[in-house]
Parts: sequence; structure tokens; C-alpha cells
Amino acid sequence: MAVVMPQATTTKPATVAQRKSSTGYLLLFPGIAWLGVFFAIPLVTLFATSLQTPIEGKTGKYQPGFDVGNYADAISQYWPQFLRSFLYAGTATVLALVIAYPLAYFIAFRAGKWRSLMLVLVVAPSFASFLLRTYAWKTILADDGPITSTLNTLHLLPDGRLLNTWVAVVAGLTYNFLPFMILPLYAALEKIDPRLVEAASDLYASPATAFRKITWPLSMPGVVAGTLLTFIPAAGDYINASLLGSPKNRMIGNAIQNNFIEFRDYPMASALSFILMAIILVLVFTYIRRAGTEDLV
Amino acid sequence: MRWLRKHILAIIAIAVLVYLFIPIAVIMVLSFNNPAGKFNLSWNEFSTDAWTGLCDVPGVCSSFVQSIEIGLIATIIATVLGTMISFALVRYRFRGRSTTNLLIFLPMATPEVVMGASLLALFLNMKFPLGILTITVAHIMFIISFVVVTVKARLQGMDPRLEEAARDLYADSRAVFRYVTFPLVLPGILGAALLGFSLSFDDFIISYFNAGTLVTFPIFIWGAAQRGIPVQVNALATLVFLIALAIVLGGQFFQFRRRKSLDRPAPLVAAEKVDAFSRS
Repeated sequence: MAVVMPQATTTKPATVAQRKSSTGYLLLFPGIAWLGVFFAIPLVTLFATSLQTPIEGKTGKYQPGFDVGNYADAISQYWPQFLRSFLYAGTATVLALVIAYPLAYFIAFRAGKWRSLMLVLVVAPSFASFLLRTYAWKTILADDGPITSTLNTLHLLPDGRLLNTWVAVVAGLTYNFLPFMILPLYAALEKIDPRLVEAASDLYASPATAFRKITWPLSMPGVVAGTLLTFIPAAGDYINASLLGSPKNRMIGNAIQNNFIEFRDYPMASALSFILMAIILVLVFTYIRRAGTEDLV
Repeated sequence: MRWLRKHILAIIAIAVLVYLFIPIAVIMVLSFNNPAGKFNLSWNEFSTDAWTGLCDVPGVCSSFVQSIEIGLIATIIATVLGTMISFALVRYRFRGRSTTNLLIFLPMATPEVVMGASLLALFLNMKFPLGILTITVAHIMFIISFVVVTVKARLQGMDPRLEEAARDLYADSRAVFRYVTFPLVLPGILGAALLGFSLSFDDFIISYFNAGTLVTFPIFIWGAAQRGIPVQVNALATLVFLIALAIVLGGQFFQFRRRKSLDRPAPLVAAEKVDAFSRS
């Protein structure tokens, strides 16, 4: 996905003529085979496992079957976790878009010689452990910390605290996946010819109108890609919910992990994973219908 | 007021960058803390004990080394496989291109929990023992796509005239590759390897599903989070952060100088960890 990787290139070089020979297939084969065996086939196994039935009298042992009931159980037992996952991830994605857009816009149009450095700074926090960064929000949002006490003085917190509430989970998700929003936005904004905006203002468009009619529509590919890249990992995440939320804020990832590793209810965990995957595939294919596959990688 | 209106965008941009670094600052500051209880969550008193005794707490250094080992093996294999795919995608025509694109894209768009669960389902059904092999296999799988994206961007951004010039000067295809193509793509490959290593080193969810009893650094942190993360973990994370930042800034500087001599814009090597994309 070109959006993942912003480049400082401004000129588009002529493409090299593509050769047709068996070397192409030889180059492709090992990597594609790896992805086939360890990505595609496991998804098939996951689907088969989601239809397995328990063996009577043996907990944690299952036999092949065609038990669609696992899906019904998954939805009826875990619909609150599904709902929370999509609500939290959705809120975090909207927040990330609002926070990321001004920064991406600034890097693309105003940063000048600081552009590369600012992009490095966007990526740099990811070099520190994801778990520790999430854990650090425990300190930042602590009950006696500056943020919570300020909000409490203003009587803005109904629960009197941030930690172990849904607010902390959404804050963690927003923070952790923000670079996934900034980089695609930047990649899309960087491609916009600034002369288009100049032309709009020459024709007496106000800055706001120029933004609404020119910049925003042209940055749409970045908005769509950034939204997907933020929403998808956020919906499947359970680290933020575990570290920053209370048991009332558990997400679908928690349910999958618990069922797989603690309860050893593999069919249930597989059914939950498959429902999550199906919802996300629908999102991805909607995107592909708009953009085509060549733009993805 | 006019000043504010003129600079409001710059102020917001800098504020967002500062926001991105707040947790990093917390991690660093707490690496010099002597926590009052078992949880290293609030400041108590200054201490350099964690820095002088990085390996004093059992499990910290062994899991750290374990993660580096897995990261190195997975990165090397994934970088080779991913680079080969990138060359095929950019330089060759073949059938099944959209399926190939989809197969490369989907691992980046799949939640880690689904990838972890599906691989575990495969290993369980095959009765394959969990451990360093299963983790490494899983890491290679999810790194390949990021390598392809990074190297492909570099290949596409290359000036075809440089290779044409070499051919005009009677270089055969092997010489063109060795003296022109490969050196030009190398920064992209190194960037991809760096990204791959950082993704592998930091991966928790997929590793946790496929680890069995093996403990990587993130798995150690996860376990420790319940009973208090040792201060040494903060010190090591700070160290990793600073080393990675130095490598990326060094690479930027090197590219900047090269770019001047080649007078062509080069892709940013660093910006690729998205999440990495951690994918994260």
C-alpha cells in the first residue's frame, strides 16, 4: 500500500519496461508460498476449527464437525465485546483523524526542509515498546495525576477518574495507532499540487472554501486508507483494554485470547476471530472496489 | 492575534508531535526511578540502579536476548523473500498479479489477534510443538508484506536512466544489477530490514499466541505488568529507542548527502514503521 510509505519523491520517474520470463515466477514463489502456508491456510484451519464440536467427556478436545451453533453462541455471548470493539475503535479512529490531519497537512505543505525530520519524529515513538508506551498512559492518566485532577477540579469527570474507564482505553487506542493515520494522510496530501489551491484563491475562494473544495477531496485516498489502518488494528487490539480499562471495558480481542489460551475453547475463539475477520474483509473489499489492488501494496 | 492566526497550524503540529513523545518521556524518566512499591508507575526518588544493573532482575536480559535472536533470524529471511517479491512485482510481468497483491496486502490489514489465533489453530491441528520455531515462522509471515511495500517503493522511485546508461556502456545484465541496481536499492532493503526487526522485536499478540512456554521481551513485560514491571525494562526500552533513533537519523543524514551527489530525491527510509503500521 503506497499509503503506508510516504516518500519524499516529487517527480514520478518513467517506469521500467516489465519483462516477461519465468524468473518473475521464481522470484515470487518462495515468499508467496510462505504467505500461502502461514497466512492463507491458517485462515482455512481457523474456519474449520470454528465448526468443530466438543468430544464428550474430554474438555479441551474437539472433533471435526459442522457446528454452526458456535457462531450463534459467539454472537449471543460476546455481542457486547463486539459492540465495544467497534465503538472504541471507531471513536479512536475519528479522534486520530482530527489530531493527525493538521500535522500531516503541516508536514506536507509547510515543513520545508524539516519535512524528513518531522516524519522521523512521527515514526520514532514506535521504536519504544508498544506495551510500555501503553503502560505509560497508566502514569499519565493516574488518579492523582495532573490530567485527572485538572478535569476533576472542573467537574468534568462523572466517575471522578480516567484510568480503568472506557475513556482511558480510547485514549490509548488513539495514541497507539496515530502514526497509521498520519503517514497515509501525509502521503495523500503530499501528492496534491499546491497550484490547485492557488488557482482556487485566485478565483476568489476563501481559504476555507479552497480547503473544502480542493484539499479535502484530493486527500480522500489518505483519509480512507488512514481510517482503515487505524480502525482495523484498534478493533482487534486487547492490550489497551487490558492495561488501561476495567473488566467492564473488555474488547473482542480479550475474548478471543481468553477462549483460545485460558479456556481452551478453540471453536468459540475461532468463531469469534472469524466474525471479526469477516467484518474487516467487508471493509477492505469496499475499499478495494474504490481503489483497486495496485494501490494497496 | 494575527501572529496566532498565522502560526496556528505550526503550533498544532508541534503540539501533536509533543503528544506523541509524552509516553516516551514517561518511560525514560521512570527508568531513573526507585519505585516506592512494586509498581513503577509514579515518581519516588532518583536512582541509577536499573542502568548499572541492567540484568539484575531474572528474566529481563534472557527474554531481551531471545527477542533479538528471533528478530534477527526472522528479519533476514523475510527481507530476502520480500525483496525477491518486490523485484518480481516491479520488473516482471506475470499472471495472478491481483491475487498476489491481495495476499501481500491482507496480512497488513488483518488484526494481529486473528493472525495469531489462526496460526495457533494450524499448529494445534498439526500437533506441532510451540516454541522458537513457531514464533519465528509467524514473524517472517507478517514482516514479508512490510518488506515488499518498502523495497517496492524504492524500486519504483529509481531513475531508470541510470540502468539504461550502464547498458549503453556495454554492461551485461549481471553487471548492471551488481553495480547499479543493487547499490541503489540497498538503502530501501536496509530500511525494510530495520522496520522488520522493530516489528518482530516489539510484537506481542502473535508471539503470545504461538510462544508455548518461550518468553520474548514483550511477553516478559506482559507477564510483569500484573505484578510490577522491573525498572530495568524501562532502561532497556530507552536504550532500544535511542539506538533505533540514532540509526534512522544516521540513515537520513547519509541519504541526504547521497541525494546531493546524485541529485535525485530518495525515499524516506524511516517512515515505514507504521505499525506499524505495529501493525502493531
